[in-house]
Amino acid sequence: MTAASPAIRSETTVPARAEDDAQPTPIVIVGHVDHGKSTLLGRLLHDTDNLLAGKLEAARQSSEKRGLGIEWSFLLDSLQAERDQGVTIDATRLPFTLEGREFVIIDAPGHRQFLRNMITGAAGASAAVLVVDVAEGVRDQTRRHAMLLHLIGIRQVIVVLNKVDLLGFAREPIETAAASLSALLAKLEITPRAVIPVSARHGDMIATRSPHLAWFDGPTLTEALAALPRPHALDAGPLRLPVQDVYRQGERRYVVGRIESGRLAAGETVAIGIAGHRARITALAGWPTPPAQVAGAGQSIALELAPEVVVTRGDLVYHPSDAPLRARRLAARVFWLRQEPLRLGENFHLRLATAEYKVRVTAIERVVRIDDLSVEAGREVPPEGFADITLTAAEEVLFDPFRADGAGAGGRGVLVDAYQHIVGGAPILGVAGGRENVFPLDAAISHGARAAAKGYRGAVFWLTGLPGAGKSTLAREAERRLFADGIDAVVLDGDTLRSGLNADLGFSPREREENVRRTAEVARIMAEAGMVVLVALISPQAEMRAEARRINGVLFHEIYIAADASTCEARDPKGLYAKARAGTLLGFTGTDGSYEAPDQPDLRLDTENLAINEAAERLVAFVAEAIAPPSSGDADASGASRSAVEACP
Amino acid sequence: MATASPLQPKKAIPMAQELTDLDQLENQSIFILREAYHRLKPLAMLWSLGKDSNVCLWLARKAFLGRVPFPVVHVDTGKKFPEMYAFREDYTKAWGLDLIVGTCPPVEEIDPSLPPAARSAARKTAGLAALIERYRFAGVIAGIRRDEQATRAKERVFSPRGATHRWDVRNQPPEFWDQFATPIEDGAHVRVHPLLAWREVDIWRYIAREKIPVVDLYFAKGGKRYRSLGDQDITFPVDSEARTVEEIIAELYATREPERAGRAMDHEAEDAFERLRVAGYL
Repeated sequence: MTAASPAIRSETTVPARAEDDAQPTPIVIVGHVDHGKSTLLGRLLHDTDNLLAGKLEAARQSSEKRGLGIEWSFLLDSLQAERDQGVTIDATRLPFTLEGREFVIIDAPGHRQFLRNMITGAAGASAAVLVVDVAEGVRDQTRRHAMLLHLIGIRQVIVVLNKVDLLGFAREPIETAAASLSALLAKLEITPRAVIPVSARHGDMIATRSPHLAWFDGPTLTEALAALPRPHALDAGPLRLPVQDVYRQGERRYVVGRIESGRLAAGETVAIGIAGHRARITALAGWPTPPAQVAGAGQSIALELAPEVVVTRGDLVYHPSDAPLRARRLAARVFWLRQEPLRLGENFHLRLATAEYKVRVTAIERVVRIDDLSVEAGREVPPEGFADITLTAAEEVLFDPFRADGAGAGGRGVLVDAYQHIVGGAPILGVAGGRENVFPLDAAISHGARAAAKGYRGAVFWLTGLPGAGKSTLAREAERRLFADGIDAVVLDGDTLRSGLNADLGFSPREREENVRRTAEVARIMAEAGMVVLVALISPQAEMRAEARRINGVLFHEIYIAADASTCEARDPKGLYAKARAGTLLGFTGTDGSYEAPDQPDLRLDTENLAINEAAERLVAFVAEAIAPPSSGDADASGASRSAVEACP
Repeated sequence: MATASPLQPKKAIPMAQELTDLDQLENQSIFILREAYHRLKPLAMLWSLGKDSNVCLWLARKAFLGRVPFPVVHVDTGKKFPEMYAFREDYTKAWGLDLIVGTCPPVEEIDPSLPPAARSAARKTAGLAALIERYRFAGVIAGIRRDEQATRAKERVFSPRGATHRWDVRNQPPEFWDQFATPIEDGAHVRVHPLLAWREVDIWRYIAREKIPVVDLYFAKGGKRYRSLGDQDITFPVDSEARTVEEIIAELYATREPERAGRAMDHEAEDAFERLRVAGYL
């Protein structure tokens, strides 16, 4: 009872000889329950001579024990419940070889209840075989699986019309079924590589042509598999290295992660995370010997950086010239896996590579109807359903849009609940609600070119503080001094803007927000055109200023002009405090206590203790450092963003 | 010789090397190990002293730049081969490992309804459970592979186990785009499987490439060798003339016999191994 009777419950297929060390091509078999996926696979493994000793005999014995003829599916359905119920519960992966080329075949369950297992199997595949019972035609899971192939980015699809023996191999009904399948896939932007009539049970058109299907001039299944393109590395894309962790060993610090796309080399300058801090890669580290000093997509690496900028898990490392998008409101196409509906207003964590963000479902735009794949308005997404939704994050998210053609690894969002259970997939398609808060991080070519030509870079210096703190006075003084130094500086102040651009706005909270938003947008346009913009605006709420920072990204510097309310009231340059005290000015920020002082401004100027001259001098020095162009292409090309950070307390 | 002109393009970055299948497996395993180390604390790695767990240890040393930053656990049935114990002593020192040896209860305390070999193997499940409880491990790394055994083919990379350590095979979490479920509940832990995608022949090709030491029992003596190592009384050698790693690789490409043919508990009944695994066996 040992080696003499190798049973089915061991490895099933013969190892392929890796002739060229190429990576195997992973293929997933999908389709409605009972349309014959496992049977097709068992037959495929048998007909291509991939089965190990004893497998077929063991499958025959297990079949007879259950009163069945040979059940090809028993070669794969290894769990007791799977055999007893005749359904695949969980995905199986089997290595498999075809004329020297290696594949991994993933047998995915077709039952709706096991959709999470189907996705687990399918997400790792680069191609799919969609199995459809030709007599039954397209069913719910056929549509659901096709939709999922679309959503997880599998575009290489082979369609198998199974059980054609039951139609007597007749041409007309087979061609009708083929046409309706192709029409369904066309809705999902999938063009099948082949539509093949097959009898899995009898082996027609699996590995050999069938005398019953002489009229069919397409490929056999094995021919179609052999013709699949090989999976390609994403070396050519932009550099994206999500940081997994930072390890310390003695004095050394290693930033580790796996390159999702692109490549990098020692000596290069990279930008890191939402703040875009710059650092130079001093070395790629490894054990037992130092690795090559260049690495590409798919490699798990360890980097040493200089200077020692703050790096944490979830930060994205990228080249400054090829930055990802950033936004708080994200458009996502969700596939929902929890057993109860997804509802508006629910909170989740959004995982994107190694980053994790708190998000809320702020809109459910369209819900897909599974019976015909049309979309309709809806207030919730049913279990195993699909929908377009808006996710709003608590902070800005760095991301690349999801590529449905599998050409990039970006935007692969996954929703987890408070217990860290995965509840759905959320490919991030882009920024929700227009482009207002999307922009390249920095170093857009025009911006860099302008900086090179002018000798400084455009930037926004946002002066916030109580009325009478000295914002406008300091901004004008700094403008004068900068201009004298040949720097194109300009002041945008609240009163000037309200007399023109923002003349339609009052002082309600909503209108104040809009006032700030417009000002921030104008400042950005001017800064991107190479100007040094000094904004003098009370902007009392932290959230307003955060919005201004979001709009301006690394161009933005927050400067707190600090003075006591009593001092400001004593100065009262515009007589507003007096009016407020007299009751003729309502909702005045100086007296209603609504001003929120910045916690961590990039620069704080205390005008109570500094003379105007002194304060202006400090402001100008800060501006000068922030707008200094990168000295060369390397190490300290940190520019505006790093100096801003260093100025923080 | 021409002088460099400022208009010449900057020197292109040299191409990264095309990844081979072994490179791809190695990089993915390192990614998994680093995810486990970040998400699951405290973490431990099981070291059965076999070829797979040696590869797993080697990958951990690569992932963490030479030093394995968590304890390595040998659940000792007391019935391993003397060569395996010697190997354990030698490499614990040589690799600077933080070794924890766990013991197993006597077979009399194990479910008598299991077939004899499976019952013997189940001692290890009980020993492992006791150890996880004692150290309150949140994560346990194990070097199992999908191609070893058909129920292992259904495993997740991160396989959550409840307080009873049972594998809920009918209700496994979704796992895609390299996002792994790490549910936190009292007394639960996650089994982490960095080698799931590797095949037996890949393990040996990697051992050859990296020159990873293995116990001598794998190499043929007198026409027999061990292809898979377990307890002495329930593991049997197979016919083989393979005396080197290279010869083993050649043999694996030629054979049609399954790897665990010499492991008695796999073959006692159709569901024997599934029952073991559901109860928490590796």
